[in-house]
Amino acid sequence: MNLHSAATAEPTTIRGGVHNTLAHDSAAKHATGAAIYVDDIPEPAGTLHAAPGLSARARARIKNIDLSNVRAAPGVVLVLTAADIPGTNDVSPIGAGDDPLFATEEVEFHGQVLFAVIAESHEAARRATRLAKIEYEELPALLTVDDALRTQSFVLPEHVMKRGDPVSAITHAPHRMKGQFRLGGQEHFYLEGQASLAVPMEDGDVLVHCSTQHPSEVQHNVAHVLGRPNNAVTVECRRMGGGFGGKETQGSQWAAIAALAAVKLKRPVKCRLDRDDDMIATGKRHDFRIDYEVGYDDQGRILGISFDHAARCGYSADLSGAIADRAMFHADNGYFFEAVQIRSRRCKTNTVSNTAFRGFGGPQGMLGIEEVMDAIARERGLDPLDVRRINLYGDAPRNVTPYHMQVEDNILPELITQIEESSAYRRRRQEITQWNRQNAYLKKGIALTPVKFGISFTTTHLNQAGALVHVYTDGSVHLNHGGTEMGQGLFIKVAQVVAEEFQIDLDQVKITPTNTGKVPNTSATAASSGSDMNGMAAQAAARKIKQRLTEFAAEKYKVTAEDIAFLPNRVRIGNQEVPFRDLVKQAYMGRVSLSATGYYRTPKIHYDRETASGRPFLYFAYGAAVSEVMIDTLTGEHTLLRVDILHDAGKSLNPAIDLGQVEGGFIQGMGWLTSEELWFDEQGRLRTHAPSTYKIPTCSDRPADFRMQLLENNPNREETIHRSKAVGEPPLMLAISAFRAISDAIASIANYRILPRLDAPATPERVLFAIEELQARMEAAE
Amino acid sequence: MKRPPTSQPTTSSGATAREDGVFNRRHFLVGTATSAVLPLSFGTTGVREAVTDAALPTQVPSSSVALLVNGRTHRLILDNRTTLLDALREHLALTGTKKGCDHGQCGACTVHLDGEPILSCLTLVASVEGRAVTTIEGLAQADGALHPVQQAFIDHDAFQCGYCTPGQIMSAVACVEGDRAGSDAEIREYMSGNLCRCAAYPNIVAAIRAAKTEVRS
Ligand code: FES
Ligand code: FES
Repeated sequence: MNLHSAATAEPTTIRGGVHNTLAHDSAAKHATGAAIYVDDIPEPAGTLHAAPGLSARARARIKNIDLSNVRAAPGVVLVLTAADIPGTNDVSPIGAGDDPLFATEEVEFHGQVLFAVIAESHEAARRATRLAKIEYEELPALLTVDDALRTQSFVLPEHVMKRGDPVSAITHAPHRMKGQFRLGGQEHFYLEGQASLAVPMEDGDVLVHCSTQHPSEVQHNVAHVLGRPNNAVTVECRRMGGGFGGKETQGSQWAAIAALAAVKLKRPVKCRLDRDDDMIATGKRHDFRIDYEVGYDDQGRILGISFDHAARCGYSADLSGAIADRAMFHADNGYFFEAVQIRSRRCKTNTVSNTAFRGFGGPQGMLGIEEVMDAIARERGLDPLDVRRINLYGDAPRNVTPYHMQVEDNILPELITQIEESSAYRRRRQEITQWNRQNAYLKKGIALTPVKFGISFTTTHLNQAGALVHVYTDGSVHLNHGGTEMGQGLFIKVAQVVAEEFQIDLDQVKITPTNTGKVPNTSATAASSGSDMNGMAAQAAARKIKQRLTEFAAEKYKVTAEDIAFLPNRVRIGNQEVPFRDLVKQAYMGRVSLSATGYYRTPKIHYDRETASGRPFLYFAYGAAVSEVMIDTLTGEHTLLRVDILHDAGKSLNPAIDLGQVEGGFIQGMGWLTSEELWFDEQGRLRTHAPSTYKIPTCSDRPADFRMQLLENNPNREETIHRSKAVGEPPLMLAISAFRAISDAIASIANYRILPRLDAPATPERVLFAIEELQARMEAAE
Repeated sequence: MKRPPTSQPTTSSGATAREDGVFNRRHFLVGTATSAVLPLSFGTTGVREAVTDAALPTQVPSSSVALLVNGRTHRLILDNRTTLLDALREHLALTGTKKGCDHGQCGACTVHLDGEPILSCLTLVASVEGRAVTTIEGLAQADGALHPVQQAFIDHDAFQCGYCTPGQIMSAVACVEGDRAGSDAEIREYMSGNLCRCAAYPNIVAAIRAAKTEVRS
């Protein structure tokens, strides 16, 4: 490069700073197949392959387990059971001791891992697992939330949030009703399944390449299983082929199996789950039963409400406590309740242990209140949008959540007005009502639903992040932080922040794999907090180095710090300009440290779980969507005709990335609420364990007319990184509008005066049942 | 070892096989070939081969195969049951082609065989001998110039995690070059065998639409 011409060009901005619409940093690699995922890492010589042996009963005592045929199978090198664990037989993310690496006396779900085969090939390992002879003594299994409630079987104690006196408020309200709503779980189906490659190091240490959202936790769990200190284990992750929460805790088991075998055999071991095993043996979104009782006035304003959440947690606690809590935190969505109680029970069942999934309980909580909104609207004969509007958070005193936090940044009323107009909701509502009168079998429905989603981990101590930045003597920058990349664009956003800080072009910033040896003690990349926290930490690290460069320059050039400014790819020092790389070189010669760590902890937040009060969230992310559907009342099938979205990403760090999150989140939520059905048989076996039976949205399922917009001129009121807002999870809940639109289409049959009994997902079967049930109720009423 | 009867439906074979200690590709393929999962445009050659082949016992003979991939011939000694996907990834280190499900249900492993898209996880390597295989690595020109579809995917952010992308692009190239991109509806229909869990679908369709214009001109 010709430095002189670069200097004479004097660019006024850098390439790739914040708020720019930029392609994903790995775009070219994705398009050419050059991006490396765990399974693509060239295998070191002698690599072996692991496959888990799974339980064939939902609940049983193990009377005998005979693995001799497994050991004798071709290609088998080692068979691991609990007896081989030098440390602790547990991979629970919260140290609960209820997530054994290998089950021993008893199995608690169909698909629980009993042993693992290590063989010369993946195929040989898988085949050998089938040769185990296991004698089970079957025990009665609890499969559903109702089973668990009946037998009082819980993984964790119940939790209650309360404000005011809901019982009396409901009793004295002009109108009251009760209802029940059920919603299903969801399989992550990250396109890249769980994968770990463990490479033995000296001293019995191990390096694990793992597809995980939480390298630190994998590190801790592997160390725990090996009975070694954390510093014996290094975990690295360049990228995941999708995570969605399914790699927040669910990677530990496979990493631990690979690491245990690698250390034992002193050979590299890969554990990449077969898709069937992955779907059977890893946790999913929690399904819920929600019971409610509500009292309201003539206009549908809620005066008192009580929710009873029952979450199917599966056999162990995993993250169910925090997930069920987040469902409670979102039982209000964007609405004010004068008096409220939310009770949450965490049901223990003999099914796979449910886990994080984009939204982390929030979507479940929101679905409950959105059902209530429609229920009130039907009973009152009002447009559901009017009921939603009248209940929105407003000025004090109507701005306090059920957990006693004041909503200070509410923009929903304006946001809803904007999308109500841009989507022509009122006109279309009329047209649809008219259309439905003229069509006997096809019915249309429309719904506008808002989203208010709390940002921060509700477990306060998790809200911290670290970063590591090096500047090399040629001016190029190495960036590392605790966040992980799963396609959400975190890495490029944080790189933009660092480029902006140094005022250097983005291509000067090298994005590097997340590694527990570089940035330790990190939190999961979860709760949508990735760019908020890691962006701040990386900025802090860059600022330290900038500060040192400034001090050095001031001294060397005999100017004051105020006379120094970082301009695009150069630094103005007094009345001269020096290329960034030259100043860096000079600083190195002047013995200035060009490496720094950065740290961030989210301010203002606190929460007291005992009293269920505090400020668990730094801020809220908002959005709203209008969905229009058409259903066929003879088949129960639906088509999504049009979707309008207006979403709040604050002052977006990268609008291209954020729009991708919004549309992807909506479609994933739509899959959850309309087509994806997890079906367990009476033996507790998941029968929908492949995409042939578990229906994930495809290209032809996206709405034909899809209009998406980010809310403009809307910086975050809190001091987040460049005033942006978290965007990973909130858009998923925009899909509630599609579900409510289906309910609206069904309700048209009863002239919008009866709420259909429609549980989620709204599969054609459920829609048909809801129609039949509604018609039966109408006949009974006549 | 007891094998479940072949009439068993695909969806239950996984769970049943688990208990009986049997796993083989055959049951799966029998079911898949008759189910509606495969896009119609996909050849079924590999499927039929697999059906006749996979009933072999664990010790199977190996054969020498000449594999023509991205214009180069590779001579390999492989277990007769090796799929094209495994041959590419494990023997030729062409890891651009991804294994999403290994069961013919996600499209991540799509490659071209004589210019037609096929699912490499359902195709036995023995069945493609002498035919031209093109993978994502072979799409760009020798000088590194990207195929217009690759460029369009980059320009339209047609991915998030990228894991489905090589398969999407191989299907998209076939869609565009086979003149199957007449309308958005036709594109969506053609592409519906390629799952994208990140749901980058709107941008995938936009990329294909743009690439179509590019390829035409
Ligand atoms: S890996 Fe071949 S279709 Fe999924
Ligand atoms: S980009 Fe992640 S699956 Fe398509």
